Amino acid sequence: MNLRRNQMLLTAVGMVILGAMEVYLPSVAETPDATKIVVKNFMFNPTPLTVKSGSTVTWTNKDDEPHTVVSDTGMFKSGGMDTNESFSYKFDKPGTYHFTCSIHPRMVGTIVVQ
Amino acid sequence: MSDDQSLLSRRNALKCMAYGGAGTLFALSGGVFTPIDLAMAASDKQGAAKLGKPLFVQISDTHIGFNKEANPDVRGTLTQTIDIVNGMSDQPALIIHTGDITHLSKPAEFDLAQQLFTRLRTTEMHTVPGEHDTTDATVSEYFNRFGKASDNKGYYSFDHAGVHFIGLINVLQFKPGGLGTLGADQIAWVTADLKRRSASTPIVVFAHMPLWTIYEPWGWGTGDADQLMSQLRRFGSVTVLNGHIHQIVQKVEGNMTFHTARSTSYPQPVAGVGSGPGPLKVPADQLAGMLGITSVSVVKHPSSLALNDTALA
Repeated sequence: MNLRRNQMLLTAVGMVILGAMEVYLPSVAETPDATKIVVKNFMFNPTPLTVKSGSTVTWTNKDDEPHTVVSDTGMFKSGGMDTNESFSYKFDKPGTYHFTCSIHPRMVGTIVVQ
Repeated sequence: MSDDQSLLSRRNALKCMAYGGAGTLFALSGGVFTPIDLAMAASDKQGAAKLGKPLFVQISDTHIGFNKEANPDVRGTLTQTIDIVNGMSDQPALIIHTGDITHLSKPAEFDLAQQLFTRLRTTEMHTVPGEHDTTDATVSEYFNRFGKASDNKGYYSFDHAGVHFIGLINVLQFKPGGLGTLGADQIAWVTADLKRRSASTPIVVFAHMPLWTIYEPWGWGTGDADQLMSQLRRFGSVTVLNGHIHQIVQKVEGNMTFHTARSTSYPQPVAGVGSGPGPLKVPADQLAGMLGITSVSVVKHPSSLALNDTALA
């Protein structure tokens, strides 16, 4: 009995959270991966990526080959990301930020922070 | 009778094809290379003896830490490589590792690589880093272990048996969208280093990325290598070695021979085939034939070097 009540409570909580998201965060619901960049087939995707100031961008490597994310200005630098490893960086100031993979320098990308 | 002869030559041709993976031997004389099938050279003992004492063995792209499908056992294939080198009746004086010792620049990967290298009977080893060796945040793991020879700069030179060796680093100053870079400081240093040598000194230059453009879209080249090549042209015998592309590609230009070595870890696709220069998955029975080592001997004339590739199978 208690168990069932707990389940019902959990379900109710879930519905409240979903409801809140629909009301307060409509844009997030429409583009759930707005701050994610996938590294696959030796490409950053999407690029350029436009985010709001204060956003944390996450790069995830989906290749068998390691990749890195290195800012052209030295502002951020990941280590070697093996398959399925990620790197995140928080962008606090508006501007245009170019980055490359230091292992495969032909791979380039851009983040536009508004 | 003529039928028998054609059968014989066909059999020889098939035999040579079967050994195709073993590689090609190059004999250098007066700046001109003569390519000889390795299997044929090996079966001709007298000819092989003329190659002289093995000077050094090049190993490359050991990628310790790699564990994907293309080769789940890079430790095993490096061990096999070391066994082949240790089994040479005439031990080479030096080992040259042309970079990508590790896959992800992790301390444990470097430690394992060093532990495996201690099994080599030849104890003098010279290295240059690959871009996989310098991905740690502080770019210090490689230099903490192998930086002493270059005073942590990554470039240095030394002499052995009358041959002048120059190790260069071209994996630190990538231009976005471009090729590897030597940089002004290193070019100034190598200019001064070469100025002191006579034109008859055999020169061996080794770096990780190719010092000639093999395929620009994949970054298989060094953007400012021309400034180095223009200074090497006056020398009578120049051998330029690199790794990085995990397959043998060679070029002869005047007195300069360019050679990229196979990897001991995994093969990579031929330039431009597929989405990028990642690990190439091949059937297990073909893998060993696509991995290997290069040994270099002094040929009869002291200013001549010969390259000799050996596959693991």
